[in-house]
Amino acid sequence: MSLTYIDAIHQAQAELLRDDDSVFLYGQDIGAFGGAFKATKGLKEIYPERVLDAPISEDAMIGLSVGAAIEGMKPIIEMQFADFSSVAFNQLVNQAGTHYYRTGVPVPITVRMPCGGTPGSGPFHSQMIESLYGHYPGLVVVTPATVSDAYHLLKQSVNLPDPVIFCEHKFLYRWLKSEKIEETNLPLSKARIVRSGKHATVVTYSAMVHEAVRAAEKLEKEGWEIEVVDLRSIKPLDTDCVISSVARTGRLLALGESFPWGGVTAEVVSRVVAEGFHLLDAPPMRLNAKDTPIPYHPDLWAAHRPTPESIIQKLRELLSL
Amino acid sequence: MSNGAFPKIADPTLEPELIRRCYQSMITSRVLESKLSSLYKAGKIVGGVYLGTGQEAISGSLGVLLKRGRDIFSPLIRDQAGRIAFEEDLLDATRTYLGSAQGPMRGRDGNVHRGRPLEGMPAMISHLGVGLSLVTGMLLARRLKGALTGVVGGTSVGDGATSTGSFHEGLNMAAVEKLPLVVVVADNQFAYSTPRERQFACKSLLERAAGYGVSGFEVDGTDFIACLQTVKQAVDSARAGGGPQLVVARLLRLCGHGEHDDASYVPPELRDSNLGRDCLEVARAQLLDMGMVTESEISAWQDEATERVQEAVAIAQKERGPDPYQEDWRATSTSGMQS
Repeated sequence: MSLTYIDAIHQAQAELLRDDDSVFLYGQDIGAFGGAFKATKGLKEIYPERVLDAPISEDAMIGLSVGAAIEGMKPIIEMQFADFSSVAFNQLVNQAGTHYYRTGVPVPITVRMPCGGTPGSGPFHSQMIESLYGHYPGLVVVTPATVSDAYHLLKQSVNLPDPVIFCEHKFLYRWLKSEKIEETNLPLSKARIVRSGKHATVVTYSAMVHEAVRAAEKLEKEGWEIEVVDLRSIKPLDTDCVISSVARTGRLLALGESFPWGGVTAEVVSRVVAEGFHLLDAPPMRLNAKDTPIPYHPDLWAAHRPTPESIIQKLRELLSL
Repeated sequence: MSNGAFPKIADPTLEPELIRRCYQSMITSRVLESKLSSLYKAGKIVGGVYLGTGQEAISGSLGVLLKRGRDIFSPLIRDQAGRIAFEEDLLDATRTYLGSAQGPMRGRDGNVHRGRPLEGMPAMISHLGVGLSLVTGMLLARRLKGALTGVVGGTSVGDGATSTGSFHEGLNMAAVEKLPLVVVVADNQFAYSTPRERQFACKSLLERAAGYGVSGFEVDGTDFIACLQTVKQAVDSARAGGGPQLVVARLLRLCGHGEHDDASYVPPELRDSNLGRDCLEVARAQLLDMGMVTESEISAWQDEATERVQEAVAIAQKERGPDPYQEDWRATSTSGMQS
């Protein structure tokens, strides 16, 4: 009996609804239909009052969630695709993100963002949005890469009194399986060493963790030991874990699926350079998706985002310096 | 004032005490705002000062008909009268304008961006229209907690805000959920400097109500008693389960967008028209005419307002502003989330 990444999200939501009357779900097509990805399948039948279909109004969905949170609820908003959160950008960064600082009243909303590419999804159903929201004060941004993290981080997010952008990767939904949810005491703010090594560190998150591991496994056959760090949350960003890994390896590749201008990988590099310059044996490197909209055709899409091949190429370059 | 002919008989459902309290709030608001304007012009207030001159009747009507502690009131930029009628402390206003660390916003936000969200009065942001979905969410929470009975959520916007996507999304969402949201639109002819014919193409914003499937009301926003009657109808209907209500009040903003703006774009003929009447003068004439208040009472209310405003300003002026070195510079309630 194995559990997929989307099963873990479903299970976490079912348990949150069961255990806490202040939790409710709001999103497009999440009621009787069970959601575009079936993350809420069957929940409307059990909790008819607390699983509600929303009109196609991303801005108002977030406005509603902030209002409900002020009144003591813990809303989980399902953004049908993370890409559509651009419509809710104002409410997220100006209403939710500023609320605690301005008024002293925290707003415990969790916004589930189905993000990242799958073949054929094209420019408007594939985007990564973590760098965008990480930039703004007042928002916590989590990026689970494993089945267990999808479960635990969602539960922790909902119970955090602050707004959380929960980036769940669509490519992992059904592809990623686990025998069970692993027990963990790791807080949301901590990164995790997925694979240890001594020649170079790859710092990444979300679906790219798996691509990095694939690349590392291939390079291992040539004798290279690559350490892979899964950030788990990009804000807060566990700089200590990153720096201590670079201290062991002396080489850094920051890897992300989002667009290349700025963002998480740039932040990781800048922190390592500023705080751990002396630890570096080579210039730190970044690898991101290409600086174009995300293409539709599967062949173009596969080449747009980092792949094990492009990661290996980048790591070879890094290891040759 | 264009004429003195006002209805002799007040709506029997309007309690005299409510009418008097609303008018008193309007007087206090005018006195406070006049003082805030002076402080701004004297360089004592940094940023801006945004007044509700000419909008006190419609704003006060909404504020007075909502009950603090039970209802929700999400005011916007020109709602000083409504805030006072909803029993916001004058100190919240003066402390926020003057940047006192003891105000509800502690110098982190200023002027009209203030509120007490846990007491049913959210703090507005500058982006227009977002209050509709926010109040809808507050009302939905009350419903989920089984505490919606008898509750109304009111919010104000101007004609400019009705052009935003947020306004549309919020009103539509409230209508779908059939929640007791009362939206008061002060159609004050200009959004900053843009006249209403560059803002929307329908004859009246009242026409929008049918499109959303909500009840709609239109009122002369300069007519105090008519404002109270109309807003009361809307609030009562929402309270009785009638779903969202849209009230459109036609009036003219009798000040600039802010005190930095001389409103030179307002044509003189509009100022001289019926829309340009001062609702405070209309209210005074109406209440005297109805025998609901005497000249000496009005005079006493003026004096009382002046005294209260002076005290609120004096207290806030004496208080310290926020200390950048003591500030925790944290945007989340949970520590360690910014690293």
